[in-house]
Amino acid sequence: MEFVQNLPFISILVSLFAGPVCLLLKGKKAKYVNLFVIISVGIMQLFVLLHALKLKEAYTYSMGHYPAPWGNEIRIGILEASMALFFTIILLLSMLAGIREREKDIDSEKQNLYYVMTNLLLCSLMALVYTNDIFNAYVFVEINTIAACGLIMIREKGRTILAATRYMIMNLLGSGLFLLGICFLYDLTGHLLMSNIKEQVAILNVTGEYHMPLLVAIVLLAVGLAIKSALYPFHSWVPDAYGYSTVSSAAILSSLVSKGYIFLLIKIFYRVVGFDIIASSKVIDVLFVFGVAGMLMGSINAIKEKDIRRMIAFSSVAQIGYIYMGFGLGTVAGMVASVYRIVFHAATKSLLFVAASGLIDASGNDKHITSLKGAGYRNKTAGVAFTVGALSMIGFPLLSGFISKILFAGAAWETDTKMMVTLVALAISTILNAMYFMRTVITIYTPMKTPEVKEKGYAKIKFSEETLKNITLIGFIVLNVLLGVCSEPVVDLIEKGLAMFG
Amino acid sequence: MNLSNLFVNFEEAISMVLFGIGFCNLLMQKNLIKKIIGLNIMDTAMFLFLAAKGYVEGRKAPIITDGVTDVTAYINPIPSGLVLTGIVVSVSVTALMLALTIRLYQRYHTLDIDEITALMKKEEK
Repeated sequence: MEFVQNLPFISILVSLFAGPVCLLLKGKKAKYVNLFVIISVGIMQLFVLLHALKLKEAYTYSMGHYPAPWGNEIRIGILEASMALFFTIILLLSMLAGIREREKDIDSEKQNLYYVMTNLLLCSLMALVYTNDIFNAYVFVEINTIAACGLIMIREKGRTILAATRYMIMNLLGSGLFLLGICFLYDLTGHLLMSNIKEQVAILNVTGEYHMPLLVAIVLLAVGLAIKSALYPFHSWVPDAYGYSTVSSAAILSSLVSKGYIFLLIKIFYRVVGFDIIASSKVIDVLFVFGVAGMLMGSINAIKEKDIRRMIAFSSVAQIGYIYMGFGLGTVAGMVASVYRIVFHAATKSLLFVAASGLIDASGNDKHITSLKGAGYRNKTAGVAFTVGALSMIGFPLLSGFISKILFAGAAWETDTKMMVTLVALAISTILNAMYFMRTVITIYTPMKTPEVKEKGYAKIKFSEETLKNITLIGFIVLNVLLGVCSEPVVDLIEKGLAMFG
Repeated sequence: MNLSNLFVNFEEAISMVLFGIGFCNLLMQKNLIKKIIGLNIMDTAMFLFLAAKGYVEGRKAPIITDGVTDVTAYINPIPSGLVLTGIVVSVSVTALMLALTIRLYQRYHTLDIDEITALMKKEEK
């Protein structure tokens, strides 16, 4: 075995142990330890990805030297490695972008706790991406939930504590259903490793035995993870949690935490149940309906919203709807489109949250869209970044959102019954997206008269004042354009990875 | 539908009923403490389900006694292990929920989540 095959396990372990270490350190030191951990984990994922590409097949890494049915395993393929790398990049950019806000929002003696949570979050994300053991996945789902709850409530306001409580309640309902689903699956198949369960499920499917319990187990797993990833109508905690927490938390929660659960669901579809069984079951039809409903209702709620952060949060609900709609198509092309949507949304939503915080800064900390008038002139980088993000969300050519919508339309073309619904939903959702995002872009580029600016005391924010945030914004923009322009290798990578999943 | 199966698998049936009770409590109760109690009922129902699945009539707990290493002498140890892990998760989640509840109570002096929402909106105006 080559050394590089150890790296996924080492990255999980390093981030897990960095958590308690940060607890003992002071704020500044904890920050550096955290950054170091994220960067080193990212570099490790890069090597793992290169190795997986070279190997051209997935490999399993057994822990504690016990062979398959008894020991715990992690499994590394192209899709896992590239997702892990991508998640770390987004985490790094989000953490760098929010440093100043964090120092303002969080009490100085609690600073290090934030880094404890981030390290644990990174650990659980890596574990969710790589694990091959379904019960292990459950444990890390819970760690992820607890860490994310900490990220929401660390900025102590009435709103955030209530949002954290609501978040926990919804997530615990989801975890309960998910755990019940795992218990059912264990009961039916006698295994906890994904590959072993899949073999048994295939046998059960051929003999037709336990058809109903198996279906119930699949439904429980799917619904549990759907609740946790805030699929409409389970999104009640989203606007407050994303809207009032500190900006790094909002970016991390919207682009990584929910995506971790969705990636686990994809994994369950492919590696636990088998894609053919899922595609022929009615479960995906239900996901399709809720996905389409989420796409439309999320956008409608976003139009009604007057607070820019909450507006972006509702847009997240719509994007989660897109992803589940892709699952609902029940084709490989639909899955590819959904995975691309995960990548696109993670890159764009964190960009929008960070850019919005820049615009809010330039408008005297007022989050109402109307008071952001002319903010694009006062904070130029944030204005440009927000515009790029908004155009990408709408689906402007050259940006990643455009490719994502093309992929969905192409995937819908292959299905017969769902084609019309998908295309109409895509069209309506694009119009709704354009309505609220263009409205905001127009507002931030409507010039404000000079006396009015002086009266309100808004100052221009120069590039050098917010260097770090602006550099990360440029990084996000580059990521977005790259995903749009060089979409072919990315889609190719996803297709190869999904093929390797089976 | 053969109802006699319900009596054969009565532990599983009861655990599902308990799960439903816990789930509905967690979802619908307004009082935060009652919600947490619901959460615990839900988790305990799951542990009952797992323990019932792992138990084999007439066998002993999977701890080697009197040097008997024969597999047929003991029950399936894996569900017990899962229950232990589940308890750990459940305890930590309950602790976190209680901590959140204390914070909300200190701020708003009530445990009713609807009332808290109303008070919070009033506070912001």
